[in-house]
Amino acid sequence: MSLLRVAGLTKRFGGVVANRDVTFDVAPGECVGVIGPNGAGKSTLFDLITGFARPDAGSVRLDGRELTRLRPDEICGLGVARTFQKLRPFGGMTALENVMVGAFRRTRHVGEAREIAREALAGVGLGDRADAHARGLSTGQRKRLELARALATGPRLLLLDEVTGGVDQGAIPALVALVRALHGRGLALVVIEHNMRVIMGLAQRVVALQLGEVIADAPPADIARDARVIDAYLGQAWRAGP
Amino acid sequence: MRRGLLLALLGVVALFPALVTGPFPRHVMTMIFLYGALAGAWNLLAGYCGQISLGHAVYFGIGAYTSTVLFREAAVTPWLGMLAGAALAVLVSQAIGFPVFRLRGHYFAIATIAVGEIVQTLVINWDRLGGARGLFVPIRRPDSLLNLQFHESRAAYYFVALGLLLLTLGVTRAVERSRRGYLFRAVREDQEAAASLGVHVAREKHRAMALSAALTALGGTFHAQYVLFIDPESVFPLSLSILICLVAVLGGVGTLWGPVLGAAVLVPLGEGTRVWLGGGGKALDLMIYGALIMAIAVLQPAGLMGLLRARR
Repeated sequence: MSLLRVAGLTKRFGGVVANRDVTFDVAPGECVGVIGPNGAGKSTLFDLITGFARPDAGSVRLDGRELTRLRPDEICGLGVARTFQKLRPFGGMTALENVMVGAFRRTRHVGEAREIAREALAGVGLGDRADAHARGLSTGQRKRLELARALATGPRLLLLDEVTGGVDQGAIPALVALVRALHGRGLALVVIEHNMRVIMGLAQRVVALQLGEVIADAPPADIARDARVIDAYLGQAWRAGP
Repeated sequence: MRRGLLLALLGVVALFPALVTGPFPRHVMTMIFLYGALAGAWNLLAGYCGQISLGHAVYFGIGAYTSTVLFREAAVTPWLGMLAGAALAVLVSQAIGFPVFRLRGHYFAIATIAVGEIVQTLVINWDRLGGARGLFVPIRRPDSLLNLQFHESRAAYYFVALGLLLLTLGVTRAVERSRRGYLFRAVREDQEAAASLGVHVAREKHRAMALSAALTALGGTFHAQYVLFIDPESVFPLSLSILICLVAVLGGVGTLWGPVLGAAVLVPLGEGTRVWLGGGGKALDLMIYGALIMAIAVLQPAGLMGLLRARR
């Protein structure tokens, strides 16, 4: 039985179809990559799954439960957490306070939330920046902060929108190792990622989107050989390359 | 150290009416407490939850009118009237919240101005509430705590206002330290991010609004009993909504002491210019307010609290 089942998801913005009949599954503990050129509808797909946008057609089911009529906070309450492509830290709050907001999904006690938040921060390697204001953190640190915040809600499924986007090259391996460790602990992940090297090493399956449609859904090795994916996204250089 | 400082401050404030017997300084202090409490109530919604309301006079007016009408018509003690006013303000605030909380930023602020104007117009044309002529609070002698009227020993008003301020500070402190305070601030910082972390954004806004409205209404009842006359022009005006906002912004929004600090600066300024310059001074305090606001915006957006923190 799959954990997340996306079926026939369609979303139009005026005349533009952002998602057309998108269908795929995520099994418990699975890591699914989502790739596609800019404007392919990847972030819209995340918005539809997490309740930030309502689909025009189709369904999103978590353990068989329909999510498309629920609010974002209700969906979070069912165990689906996400990060945003554009970073959204609570700038006026400390790193610890940022993560505590997520922790309040699990406890009503401030003290317990603080403990959960400390653990989550330590888990992403930000243990020593707990009292720093979020807006004072570097981009890489803020990515980690958002990860810690999402994890503090205690999710069963985590949607990551470009974890390595905008981060300098040197910081990428550590971030990838962090995500891999989460996966290793059995957390199911859906990962939007532009860095092919990252996605090839991380995902067990890759869903490729183009102009809102799924053009391939296969293991990474097959995706890399898929003619449509190469034409739409990877480019001819990839075909000739590795 | 800080605790000692606070206790000393509280001691001075408690002894003030005994030490300074003149009515004017006592009146100014009473107004500092009242506006500190009103700005503090506003701060709960605007400073912590990030919803800049410019319609808080609505709740002030509801507090003033509810207790006054109950006292006039049914001789209900203003203390109960105060609670009834707070309850009514909460109900009205929740009804107002449904449409206006859909708007954000400037649009929210503008919508609250519109609601304020509508309510004032409504009351002006409501004959049962005295319309534009307003209502007198029936005078009862001798002084009694039950009737919340002190004609001989007006120092009692001073302590009632002080109590109001302490209550507001206490509620703010409790919110600050509780789960609710974290959720309010998350909503202020980023609604989408907050929602993605399981925060029911609309519910938190409504709760902040309810707390804020209730405390503001208490101030309205106090005002009615202190002045003993209310009309739409004095308890529902936009200028009051703006002044409440101004006091908090000058002192520092989203901080516990900011509103008190703002009131301690702005109230003496307003009362002072009025006394020194008579009726002609009315515009002058507004000009000074304007200059102050521009100075804060340019030099220290975090208000006087920001200035104090930078010193340390």
